[in-house]
Amino acid sequence: MLAKRIVPCLDIDRGRVVKGVKFEDVQDAGDPVEVARRYDAQGADELVFLDITASSDDRPTLFATVEAVAREIYIPLTVGGGVRSCADVKCLLAAGADKVSINTAAVQNPDFVREAGDRYGVQCIVVAIDAKRVSKKKEPPRWEVFTHGGRKATGLDAVDWAAKMVQYGAGELLVTSMDRDGTKEGYDVELLAAINRRVNVPVIASGGVGNLEHLYQGLAEGHADAALAASIFHHGTYTVGEAKSYLAQRGVRVRQ
Amino acid sequence: MRSIGVIDYGMGNLHSLAKALERVAPDQRVVVSYDAEELLDCDRLVLPGVGGVRECMKELNRLELAQLVVEASKKVPMLGICLGMQVMLEFSEENGGVPALGLFPGEVVRFPDPPAEGADRLKVPHMGWNRVKQAKPHPVWEGIPDESWFYFVHSYYARPKNPAHVLGSAEYTQVFAAAVARENLVAFQFHPEKSQLLGLRLLSNFVNWNP
Repeated sequence: MLAKRIVPCLDIDRGRVVKGVKFEDVQDAGDPVEVARRYDAQGADELVFLDITASSDDRPTLFATVEAVAREIYIPLTVGGGVRSCADVKCLLAAGADKVSINTAAVQNPDFVREAGDRYGVQCIVVAIDAKRVSKKKEPPRWEVFTHGGRKATGLDAVDWAAKMVQYGAGELLVTSMDRDGTKEGYDVELLAAINRRVNVPVIASGGVGNLEHLYQGLAEGHADAALAASIFHHGTYTVGEAKSYLAQRGVRVRQ
Repeated sequence: MRSIGVIDYGMGNLHSLAKALERVAPDQRVVVSYDAEELLDCDRLVLPGVGGVRECMKELNRLELAQLVVEASKKVPMLGICLGMQVMLEFSEENGGVPALGLFPGEVVRFPDPPAEGADRLKVPHMGWNRVKQAKPHPVWEGIPDESWFYFVHSYYARPKNPAHVLGSAEYTQVFAAAVARENLVAFQFHPEKSQLLGLRLLSNFVNWNP
């Protein structure tokens, strides 16, 4: 049977891995190839690279980084951040990405997702959804889609949006809770479970992991197919191997 | 210098496959090409593939590569990967039904749609790491423990008619053929080039295989 995936996420800025809390206090955390190699050796099932470089002039730097990592690492690699056109998708796939993640551009032009899926196959199209809880305390939970790194409200209901993106050809969804991102309080399990109920493609949980129990919650209670985490691995709090041993003990099927 | 031909019919990303082959065969030339003559000169061939089967067969036919694959399948060691494995069967029900190369009797069918309810229902595509049970010994399995993990991404799976052609199986909604082989042909539904060290070992076994 299929294993649940553990996916370290690396923020990339001008060819370097950086770490910071909510895009503030950004510090250099090393060479992408070195960091990717470390996670690969620890047993990561997949890697996500998120390009946070503000200027689109630096795209060639990103392509070079992807190429350098893909030359060394033989696990699936997803690259996101500023993917706006089929030309971007093509360049990233040619550089060695296995999947690309589309976020803001999907909201601006949903047909782009369809076009990219038709052209390159839905298996390589991940739609990233940044969602914020907008319901009041006693209301049934409701989430809204935000873009531009969580700064811009779209008015779209996150669960409906997830279903629509799958109709448009998203092969996978990367669901980030903007309320939890950077807090270390755990995934928004209700958000994950709500989206999982609506779609039949894999869901990657993201935003808020502070300990191993949180990974368990996302996979077992949010029913996500994959758990993405950044800081717990970057800061060396846990290795990917430790995370997997913990999950296996809790009865989650992982590749070990 | 011996050479490995990667059949490039314009669909999908051959970068990681070519890099993986270069890594496991530093003493061989890796030729990524759509030129039938150039490919016919190679000592072994790899037929990769992502995307839909209709487009794939259309391109293979247009570039006169379908004929090449059938011809070469009688002569040189050949490896099919993912959709490259599926087109080696006779027929795929994807895209409304498409006749394929017929190197293995049998057909390619879709995984059943997941039920509407159930939090841990099995989704389609089958995406991620799954164990492969080895059905019989084969040189490509050398050094690879039974039930090792490999990386899969697919919505359709092969149903070979001849059980003797099944080289390995995996389980997702049901047991299905994850690898097939006969004579000088071997094919994997999963992606060895994305399956870390054991995937590289499998490719290494293939590039050193002399059936």
